Amino acid sequence: MVDTTIGAAGVIQPAEVKDVELYHPKSWVTKYVFCQDAKVIAIQYAITALGIGLVALVLSWLIRLQLAFPSSFSAIGPTDYLQFITMHGMIMVIYLLTALFLGGFGNYLIPLMVGARDMVFPYVNMLSYWVYLLAVLVLVASFFMPGGPTGAGWTLYPPQAILSGTPGQDWGIILMLASLILFIIGFTMGGLNYVVTVLQARTRGMTMMRLPLTVWGIFMATVLALLAFPALFVGCVMMLFDRILGTSFFMPAIVEMGQHLKYGGGSPLLFQHLFWFFGHPEVYIVALPAFGIVSDLISTHARKNIFGYRMMVWAIIVIGALSFLVWAHHMYVSGMNPYFGFYFATTTLVIAIPTAIKVYNWVLTLWRGDIHLTVPMLFALSFIVTFVNGGLTGLFLGNPVVDVPLSDTMFVVAHFHMVMGMAPIFVIFGAIYHWYPKVTGRMMNEALGQFHFWVSFLGAYAIYFPMHYLGLLGVPRRYFEMGDMAFIPQSATTLNIFITMAALTVGFAQMVFLFNLIWSLFWGKPAGSNPWRATTLEWQTPETPPGHGNWGKELPVVYRWAYDYSVPGAKEDFVPQNQPPTPRAA
Amino acid sequence: MTTAIILVLVALGSVLFHILSPWWWTPIASNWGYIDHTINLTFWITGFVFTAIILFTAYCVFRFRHQPGRQAIYNPENKRLEWWLTIGTAVGVGALLAPGLFVWDQFVTVPKGASEVEVIAQQWQWNFRLPGEDGRLGASDTRNVSSSNPLGLNPNDPNGRDDVVIEGDALHLPLGKPVKLLLRSIDVVHSFYVPEFRAKMDLVPGVVTYVWFTPTRTGTFETLCTELCGAAHYNMRAKVVVEEASEYQAWVRKQKTFAQLSARTRQAKGTQ
Repeated sequence: MVDTTIGAAGVIQPAEVKDVELYHPKSWVTKYVFCQDAKVIAIQYAITALGIGLVALVLSWLIRLQLAFPSSFSAIGPTDYLQFITMHGMIMVIYLLTALFLGGFGNYLIPLMVGARDMVFPYVNMLSYWVYLLAVLVLVASFFMPGGPTGAGWTLYPPQAILSGTPGQDWGIILMLASLILFIIGFTMGGLNYVVTVLQARTRGMTMMRLPLTVWGIFMATVLALLAFPALFVGCVMMLFDRILGTSFFMPAIVEMGQHLKYGGGSPLLFQHLFWFFGHPEVYIVALPAFGIVSDLISTHARKNIFGYRMMVWAIIVIGALSFLVWAHHMYVSGMNPYFGFYFATTTLVIAIPTAIKVYNWVLTLWRGDIHLTVPMLFALSFIVTFVNGGLTGLFLGNPVVDVPLSDTMFVVAHFHMVMGMAPIFVIFGAIYHWYPKVTGRMMNEALGQFHFWVSFLGAYAIYFPMHYLGLLGVPRRYFEMGDMAFIPQSATTLNIFITMAALTVGFAQMVFLFNLIWSLFWGKPAGSNPWRATTLEWQTPETPPGHGNWGKELPVVYRWAYDYSVPGAKEDFVPQNQPPTPRAA
Repeated sequence: MTTAIILVLVALGSVLFHILSPWWWTPIASNWGYIDHTINLTFWITGFVFTAIILFTAYCVFRFRHQPGRQAIYNPENKRLEWWLTIGTAVGVGALLAPGLFVWDQFVTVPKGASEVEVIAQQWQWNFRLPGEDGRLGASDTRNVSSSNPLGLNPNDPNGRDDVVIEGDALHLPLGKPVKLLLRSIDVVHSFYVPEFRAKMDLVPGVVTYVWFTPTRTGTFETLCTELCGAAHYNMRAKVVVEEASEYQAWVRKQKTFAQLSARTRQAKGTQ
């Protein structure tokens, strides 16, 4: 049986270490700018990530306009197009999703949910944000340099990434690599904080097996990131050396446009291995926090304990471990030794098992629940749809023979947008609607939220579901235009126009979301401290929004797991984690 | 209620779209029908799972929606159910993996007697080389590339003298004969893809990769580059013509060998 309450004795161990004193801000600057409070850092991360995310959103409109109306925009040339797709992908994966889940939600929720006053290294935590901001600024700078940003694709495969046939060879690629290096440095500072805080700063009674799944997801994702980002880091440094110093880590003998280059002996495949050794865990760095958060959204809004908590925790751990053994499934047709395919296919399909368990448990949590169709719950449902869809198409691409015809087609684009684009972003939206009342003290507008949800969910599905079939037909990705290829029927253009219309509509709905975000700050309904009647600790703070140090005088003490919803015989349909057990009548 | 109905519509709409979609794979022109079968099998299994999960979710949303007086049940876990679901999933995954690996073994094992053709990619053009009458490809190296020797053949290798060089033009292949493509690039990573053949493989500078297939249908097909290779990536195409053996032989006879091309360049230089 799950460790739901404190046990027969009901004894809570005394604290082993003394409560630490925090640095208290003395001025406006140390309170809101160079701030060491994880909650403020979280908001800084979130605003920066959403801001740069808007750039990626606009780029996606330009990409879609070009694909739907290939000869209508004289301002978009083939090199511009490559720059758009590269920057769109890189921003979304690294600077938005990774930063928002870990830097944003991680910072806000970890200390509150484990019952800590703050992160364990507040100063390093503050530094983490400022280095991240610098990374974003370097990235943005590349738009304004001669030659523009790099157009090497977000995968940055050498040799083309640093050769003159690819746009952004002058400054774009250098700034891209520099920005990634900075991002990883900044992330490492934050990441160490998240891991150590979860391991060391949990309040009394908060055992690991009582952590809310949100914390488990973010914790495990951070562990993955700390192990995976170094591979990207060295890859970036080596490519930077190849570009600037003329080394040949990734560069064999090359004749470019008739000119013999001074490279020789390097291996382009080495970069691909380094990139995907990072790149595959990266998928789970984004997915695991989403898994965790959505579990809590579903449980809270269905008023029911998450089904199979221990299995959920183990699935997160197993998925995290397996994610390091599957990277070369991105490389079945890369020219690596094809016999690797047997191994990577097996590990890849095995990872479907713990992932499927998670899906079953979310759905079984709904079973015989008391489902409140609030906006966070709706987004959780849309996560289930898009994640199941994208996860299942992963079974196509993980199987090497099926991957051969589909690799580098629009099928892949549709697959990863569904599974690591839409699914995690819907969780982010759900999470913002869910925790906004805690962060600001006000509810977001429900009607606008419903509108935002329905347009985003149905629109996004209309974009990506049909897109798979273009890939099945054989339409390649990263193509400026399809041209007059004999095997592509005219109707494919019609489909592309439909997809673009859906994309522009979904884009418009995001403006409604941003409006809601700002409008509710001033005119939203006052929320109170626990509007969703949730059990986890962040809803039990003495103040809303929580003050510096989170808990007032006394740290909370935890007596039960995070999922005591609808407990038979309890007065309310939720029992907060810090509520002491009532002595049972014998 | 509305939410549940929309979820049902999403599930059924997806199935309907799949059945009615005019966008489907091209008629196959190679021996890789197995690949199509595996994709079909995958569609059946995943389609079933997708529909089942979404319909179940829709049912829960409808049946257990909040109403006054409703209370959720309290059941933290159910070991038996969880294990059954795990085993069921493992069986489904095995059903996808086993045929996949079986076909992959064929995909990477080139049959004896396959004829060899070299594909050499560069920004942004496809070149080809046939072994010539001796049936052997001469040695080559990117470092030998020059304007008179665009594919970088070793001029001192006698095996290379009769090699047929096709620069930026269509490749012809005889019908029904297994062919092993040896893939090489002189600048960046490219990828050889003919949708009708289903086969695809990257061309990586510095190494030689391969892919094999047997053309099973005559006609003219399009080779696309499917690995981002720079500004004109979208335009890097070539024709592949599959024809009867006699026509193929006639075409080969019209092509120039490496020796002929080198002699011609020497002459051209001499007259300058």
